[in-house]
Amino acid sequence: MIQITSPPQMAKIMEQCQAALARQKVRFLVCAGTGCVAGGSLDVYDEFKRLIEEKGISVDVELLYEGQKSDAGIGIGGCHGFCQMGPLVRVEPKETFYTKVKVADVEEIVTATIDKDTVVERLLYQNPDGSRSVTEHEVPFYSTQQRIVLGKCGVINPEDIREYFAAEGYQALAHVLQDLTREQVIDIVTRSGLRGRGGAGFPAGRKWQSCLQATGSPKYIVCNGDEGDPGAFMDRSVLEGDPLAVIEGMTIAGYSVGASYGYIYVRAEYPLAVKRLHKAIAQARQSQLLGDNIMGTGFNFDLKIFQGAGAFVCGESTALTLSIEGKRGMPRVAPRPRTTEIGLWDKPTVLNNVKSFAYVPDIIRKGADWFKAIGTETSSGTAVFALTGNITNSGLIEVPMGTTFREIIFNLGGGIPDGEKFKAVQTGGPSGGCLPESLLDLPIDFDSLDEAGAIMGSGGMVIMDERTCMVDVARYFLDFTVIESCGQCVPCRLGTKQLLEVLEDICAGKGRKEDLDLLYELSHAVHAASICGLGQTAANPVLTTLRYFKEEYEAHIFDKCCPAKVCKALISFVISEDRCKGCGICAKHCPVSAITGEKKQVHVIDQSLCIQCGVCMEKCPKKFRAVDCVSPRIKAAVPETMETT
Amino acid sequence: MEDRLSEILSPYKGKQDALIPILQKVQEEIGYLPAEAMQEIARTTGLPQSRVYAVATFYAQFYFTRRGRHQSKICTGTACHVKGAARIMDTFERELGIACGETSEDYEHSLETVACVGSCALAPVVVVDEEVYGQVDSSKMSKIFDDFKETEKED
Ligand SMILES: Cc1cc2nc3c(=O)[nH]c(=O)nc-3n(C[C@H](O)[C@H](O)[C@H](O)COP(=O)(O)O)c2cc1C
Ligand code: SF4
Ligand code: SF4
Ligand code: SF4
Ligand code: FES
Ligand code: FES
Repeated sequence: MIQITSPPQMAKIMEQCQAALARQKVRFLVCAGTGCVAGGSLDVYDEFKRLIEEKGISVDVELLYEGQKSDAGIGIGGCHGFCQMGPLVRVEPKETFYTKVKVADVEEIVTATIDKDTVVERLLYQNPDGSRSVTEHEVPFYSTQQRIVLGKCGVINPEDIREYFAAEGYQALAHVLQDLTREQVIDIVTRSGLRGRGGAGFPAGRKWQSCLQATGSPKYIVCNGDEGDPGAFMDRSVLEGDPLAVIEGMTIAGYSVGASYGYIYVRAEYPLAVKRLHKAIAQARQSQLLGDNIMGTGFNFDLKIFQGAGAFVCGESTALTLSIEGKRGMPRVAPRPRTTEIGLWDKPTVLNNVKSFAYVPDIIRKGADWFKAIGTETSSGTAVFALTGNITNSGLIEVPMGTTFREIIFNLGGGIPDGEKFKAVQTGGPSGGCLPESLLDLPIDFDSLDEAGAIMGSGGMVIMDERTCMVDVARYFLDFTVIESCGQCVPCRLGTKQLLEVLEDICAGKGRKEDLDLLYELSHAVHAASICGLGQTAANPVLTTLRYFKEEYEAHIFDKCCPAKVCKALISFVISEDRCKGCGICAKHCPVSAITGEKKQVHVIDQSLCIQCGVCMEKCPKKFRAVDCVSPRIKAAVPETMETT
Repeated sequence: MEDRLSEILSPYKGKQDALIPILQKVQEEIGYLPAEAMQEIARTTGLPQSRVYAVATFYAQFYFTRRGRHQSKICTGTACHVKGAARIMDTFERELGIACGETSEDYEHSLETVACVGSCALAPVVVVDEEVYGQVDSSKMSKIFDDFKETEKED
């Protein structure tokens, strides 16, 4: 294992590692992020290994570092953010980008690459116009991205620290330890304009400065990898794909505030990220980049991983530190001390998001001005979003702050699939809001989203088409908040429950005229009287849907109609007399036997039995499409007296 | 069980700060947190039992009753919700004959939700016994249920 005993040595190590990797004629990098593993990428990896070894080529990377050349090698990579097209395989040095690779395809790739020096056309990404993209950069999804935090994800092997060295890793820390004082480091971070990526956008430099000045020791560095927004996976990908960037960023933070210990708090649901972090920490320790006497400079800093136990509120900074201390994760009551002064174990603590730390090495290396030049006046740098929902290309994207929704959704994202129409974009998770089509040209940054009533959040961006009911979406988020509220403030505990009940009533067709005012009133009360961000922002999904999609609430309340045909109590499934060919497929699949009909005769749904599961509509053959979903409900053929109950 | 517990807990004597990692470790080994384990954790760490319960019940990760042999978790994160997670849950409830949050009487199945496993680009997502299934549709579900029946037959 490479030992770094002085900062100047780092430059030479980088060259050695680059040279070692260059000794490999070609390399197959198989994506081993959570998404691709779910698609079977580990089997694909094994098959590459088997076939290469069958050719008498050794895939032992150690030989490269000993100076031997090799005709081919393999490695694993982190998430490229395009998991939808996975398993992905990248072939270096040409950067050929293969999608949806199956075990059966591997032999063809190996033969084409090693024996014929060609590409396997059919596995390249197919562009909307039918042509193929050979490299990642040509794929429309990546074409206008600017990848900084995600830059190394998928491109280096996150389980081998030498690849991080080859990609200029630890050059920043070497520079810091050799040339910069604490104040100078903080000055660079401040001037770069880096704002925290965990949601609120607090200036990172100011936070570090405040911790530097705080009295009390020891001091701690804490990385928030709780990623509670249900529908976002940016932090997961960074931790899996480039764990050492986060570790290096935390080490630099430690140096600049005078902390020698740090924690990485990782969500319970991310086992692979935990595994990669453990490996990265062990390798960094062996290379004298964590622990005592880092790079021989006398600076000490070490890290521990803490696995969360499944509580959204623990993403809040005071709750998170209490959770590390082995307590219930309940946000501290106001007046809340600042974490930079009284944080973990009541000591001064810098707590930042995963991405906030991951930006730091690049900012130190390339300078504050470089970062400041990207993005907008008040929000510098890039924004990372997890683009999901009803969108053609879903995945992780990184774009300069100030990019518009339209650019992201219709250019990178490829628009709305299945010929549907765009309806809303949701950012900021349960604390955020839903924005309508009229705001598509809004340049996105911390402040513009705030003004529009949503928030940047940590980066979830869920696209919704006309098949999404906005009342149901508000209900969905409130359901989440009610479960996740820690319960110590009454307005949050009971107010969110009240909001949820009103929304449930509206979805169930029991909405009343007064409910709209009641929703506003409750929302303001919960916002005003809750002590932590969870309660304070809990009503945002309600307020934004009311602000931009009020007519949908009105349709539910006054017409008992769910325009998106989602709310089960307001829809009916009916079979069209004209189109039904009596094939009987629907009847066979109906879970409650609500469909009857003779063979080759028009089938009928008994509305009093139907549970609106939608299976019949899904199963009716495409060529007939004989099942329709309608709202408001059609009257069931039941006696009048029963209808009024 | 007692020997097993004292073996798991032996490195944690008096370590009150490590309560959450201890609970995680015990659950990982035993599958849930039975009452006697909670007592033993209190004894080992020197914390009052009320504190051990207070912490354990706060976090969604911990179970206090035995789980089924197969654990199905339906992702109900936003991305999966928009892509029809509710219908997937309905189907699992119907097929397994248990409601969300329940364990079947024969301890074959447990069914619950999970709020995002970070594979949102593959939504809708289901996690069965730690394996992530993406882009779940009715045919993928049929395959999952068939696999369940296979393992039943093997016994
Ligand atoms: C209910 C709640 C949940 C939060 N969840 C997260 C989270 O999952 N990840 C995160 O980085 N920040 C989260 N935050 C924000 C943190 O409190 C904190 O502001 C942030 O981690 C600071 O890092 P930053 O300055 O780098 O953004 C949450 C806040 C609240 C109120
Ligand atoms: S606002 Fe809600 S989540 Fe936050 S401390 Fe109060 S009760 Fe707990
Ligand atoms: S919606 Fe479901 S329950 Fe109703 S008729 Fe169709 S298959 Fe049967
Ligand atoms: S599946 Fe379609 S065509 Fe066939 S009986 Fe049902 S409604 Fe008619
Ligand atoms: S896991 Fe492979 S691209 Fe995301
Ligand atoms: S929302 Fe289901 S995996 Fe993220």
